[in-house]
Amino acid sequence: MSEEVTAEILQTHILELAKQGKRVDGRGLDDIRRVTLEPGYVVTADGSALCRLGDTMVLAGIKLEPGKPFPDTPNAGVLTTNAELIPLSSPMFEPGPPHPRAIEVSRVVDRAIRAAETIDLTKLCVTPGEKCWTCFVDIHVLDHSGNLIDAAFLAAVTALSHAVLPAKRFGLAEADSRLPVEHLPVETTFTRLGDAIVVDPTVEEEAAGQGRLTIATDELGRLVAMQKGLVGAFSPDEVRSMADRALQHGDTLRRQIRAGVTA
Amino acid sequence: MGSVGAKEIPQLITPDGRRIDGRLPDELRQLRIVAGPLHRADGSAYVEWGLNKVMAAVYGPREVHPRHLQQNNKAIVQCKYNMAAFSVDERKRPGLDRRSQEISKVIAEAFESVIFVEEFPRTSIDVYIEVLQANAGTRCAGVVAASVALADAGIPMVDLLPSVAVGKVGGKICLDLKKEEDNFGEADLPMALVPQSGRLVLLQMEGHMTRDELSQSLDLGVKGCRSIYEVMRAALREKYSVEPSAATPAAAGVGQ
Repeated sequence: MSEEVTAEILQTHILELAKQGKRVDGRGLDDIRRVTLEPGYVVTADGSALCRLGDTMVLAGIKLEPGKPFPDTPNAGVLTTNAELIPLSSPMFEPGPPHPRAIEVSRVVDRAIRAAETIDLTKLCVTPGEKCWTCFVDIHVLDHSGNLIDAAFLAAVTALSHAVLPAKRFGLAEADSRLPVEHLPVETTFTRLGDAIVVDPTVEEEAAGQGRLTIATDELGRLVAMQKGLVGAFSPDEVRSMADRALQHGDTLRRQIRAGVTA
Repeated sequence: MGSVGAKEIPQLITPDGRRIDGRLPDELRQLRIVAGPLHRADGSAYVEWGLNKVMAAVYGPREVHPRHLQQNNKAIVQCKYNMAAFSVDERKRPGLDRRSQEISKVIAEAFESVIFVEEFPRTSIDVYIEVLQANAGTRCAGVVAASVALADAGIPMVDLLPSVAVGKVGGKICLDLKKEEDNFGEADLPMALVPQSGRLVLLQMEGHMTRDELSQSLDLGVKGCRSIYEVMRAALREKYSVEPSAATPAAAGVGQ
């Protein structure tokens, strides 16, 4: 995988604009691009959602299959998250085994889903130590126009909220039931542009950026996961300020996910 | 052709000659094509065909990776056909399997037959096909999507490549099989047509049919390709037409 190529003149322009509190696409420093969520996009999945975050497009699909619990958690189901940065979605992505960047996306998404106890994994246990449900969260990036982590997370958590346990198909119950989703975490990612810190960076802003921080919050106002990435540094005060912003954005996005869930 | 060991073969053709979704033997499923939905690709297309959902993107002509594949007198056409893990009933393990590699190869060869590759020596034209939701005929949907994506990328070609599968279902030759027909039918014959020349650049067959049935299948497939061709052209016209009102909607077919 090669690096994003962004003209130096554009990077300089992005940094100059940020000094004045402006961005190339006209957003304010704390504005998230337009989000649209399409739950139930794939009928072959047990849960799915297409997320558009500006020009970024990510599809998440959930598959639930009977499996065997891990020996150290005999009373819990298994959650597996996988992200594919397929070469269709960016000129920078190449075919082959998962790049560290794809692994980071899947692990950061997985961590927040797990830490927020989004799914009550004990309810996915069928016979302790013998049989449980395995929940596969597969994330397919279709259009990489920046901030893959947030788009992937929105797609994944929306898909989970709509997922159905196919108990009937596998002869484990008379009827299918909703996946036991207990919490609704959301991830919000920031990038440093000089002294300014912007939310939801585009691909050009990521290239010009000096460090990235992702903060996951849940509906109880808890911070459940963080990930600092790329070259750059943040002061403790900056981190505190980003946490406040992440909590606010999280609430707005949660309302939108719920609107889709109940609709 | 997964009929071996199947417990129950559903009735695929009703007494009045209709198929399980109510189509007549020569009817296509609903087909919708969007040209250029992706922002990063040089060209792209999205195809919804019955219950299939397929996205295609084209990059290039660009540098060849790996370098040793480079040809001094022409561009190479590289294709990757891939199915999303959740696109089928039983989760497919991500990554390339032998089926995907074979499909990628025949699709790349089909496109190399119509692209003016000699115009772009030492480059690669990369075609990526992602099956998001599968319901039989995904390689044909992939060829249709990739073809519109190549045109959207401005790659010079002899013609677009409409593609469809014909099959034998309950003893009848039918156009554009859906999943149950593909699983329980007797034969499956995907093809891709160059409308200008009337020649086929992709042709596969699995199952069993007689010489007359083959002949009938080819006629039916060519006819189907010609109507798909119109939907492909309409999708491109919809994106590129100067007068948007002049464009006809990029949809055709009956059934679900």
